Amino acid sequence: MLTGTWRTKAGLAQMLKGGVIMDVVNAEQAKIAEEAGACAVMALERVPADIRASGGVARMSDPQRIREIMAAVTIPVMAKCRIGHFVEAQILQALGVDYIDESEVLTPADEENHVWKHDFTVPFVCGCRDLGEALRRIAEGAAMMRTKGEAGTGDVVEAVRHMRTVQKSIRHIQSLREDELMAEAKALGAPIDLVQEVHRTGRLPVVNFAAGGIATPADAALMMQLGVDGVFVGSGIFKAGQNEKTEIKKIEVQTRIARAIVEATTHHNNPDVLARVSEGLGEPMLSVAARGLKQEELLAVRGW
Amino acid sequence: MARVGVLALQGDFAEHLQVLKDLEVEGVEVRLPQDLEKVDALIIPGGESTTICRLMDLYHVGEPLKARVHAGMPVWGTCAGMIVLAGALTEDRPKPLGLVNIVVTRNAFGRQTDSFEEDLHIPALGDEPFRAVFIRAPSIRRVGEGVEVMASLPNGTPVAARQGHILVTAFHPELTNDTRLHAYFLQWLNKG
Repeated sequence: MLTGTWRTKAGLAQMLKGGVIMDVVNAEQAKIAEEAGACAVMALERVPADIRASGGVARMSDPQRIREIMAAVTIPVMAKCRIGHFVEAQILQALGVDYIDESEVLTPADEENHVWKHDFTVPFVCGCRDLGEALRRIAEGAAMMRTKGEAGTGDVVEAVRHMRTVQKSIRHIQSLREDELMAEAKALGAPIDLVQEVHRTGRLPVVNFAAGGIATPADAALMMQLGVDGVFVGSGIFKAGQNEKTEIKKIEVQTRIARAIVEATTHHNNPDVLARVSEGLGEPMLSVAARGLKQEELLAVRGW
Repeated sequence: MARVGVLALQGDFAEHLQVLKDLEVEGVEVRLPQDLEKVDALIIPGGESTTICRLMDLYHVGEPLKARVHAGMPVWGTCAGMIVLAGALTEDRPKPLGLVNIVVTRNAFGRQTDSFEEDLHIPALGDEPFRAVFIRAPSIRRVGEGVEVMASLPNGTPVAARQGHILVTAFHPELTNDTRLHAYFLQWLNKG
């Protein structure tokens, strides 16, 4: 019996395909997400919109919080560690989380190196803005990728940019001759064997989800039609309905949006379904245009 | 020519479709009840069983699927698909379709760090071992009347079974290059 193999790590990401992974901060939200049809949850102390608002150093969540969420649901539970913080990753593996997100949403612990993910039994997902970054993370052992987007904004524009950038590079590599791949690997800052693999297959070697700014069912379907394998939704669900008068009303809005995004992800090619599930959802999260953010406020630039 | 549907609500349906393509069989994505009418067999892929069951309920796929299977359509569930087809689960949720006479436990081997690969002896496929990938896998806890166990782990836990034209596997043949189980399932099309 072999555990922690590449096939089991990349394979779990394949099982999440066509699904929605939702950020949750407590057991109650995790149950709402599972009930709404999430294929996994991301256990966090604060959703990205709140991390953005509060500033300071954002770290791995309290293990107690993560354990409570793991006990509350039967779907896979992911948790975030800081970029390069391999001890936070060791702790998350010891807790038994199902996937670790080495995430730019938290404050980086290392401004040169990422976690060497091959050392772990638990699989990792990492963010990327372009193909070079994606292939560097995969070479370090990431078994799943996601666009970075710009987390906590509710603005999908950066996720779209990152997805299109990756795909344009893949198409470009496919158009090259074999003897041009080394120069391309040098330009991308990516290992030659992975560039050769992309040349051969015309796709990323692992599952690739959308993340960062997805707030509506239409956003989720947009990313799916652009070719991602599934969707992460962060603040878009549990920061919605903030102006509702009662807690029950707020949860109703959040549940409605969560369900609608799940349906939109499955039926992303069916505009009739998309129109129906987009109707009367209630007040979305408070959004900010990514273009209006200052350089030091951008999360996507973290990662090397 | 026969068309094989793959339930495409969530999970690794694209991987099953790729194997079908490699075997030169036409595969069709099934999301809505009307899609079911166009297929001669159905594969329910791996994925999250709670998500798949919820979307089946919401779009009323369960009842027409049961009717087709009762009328003789071959169906195969891998991992989450086995949970969907089960007679009963040892947990309250989700609610399975009750098509095959087995009791199934979800996440029976633990969490992701316990996911594993194992070489199985499957007599129906010959002597060559079958590399089976188990990801947060379910197991068959009880086998009822009419069910034939096709493969077990070394400790005796059944992980593949058939009941007539219904096949269930706790692992993912669609994640390896071994197409023997797909070919085995597709034989039932010609007989049906």
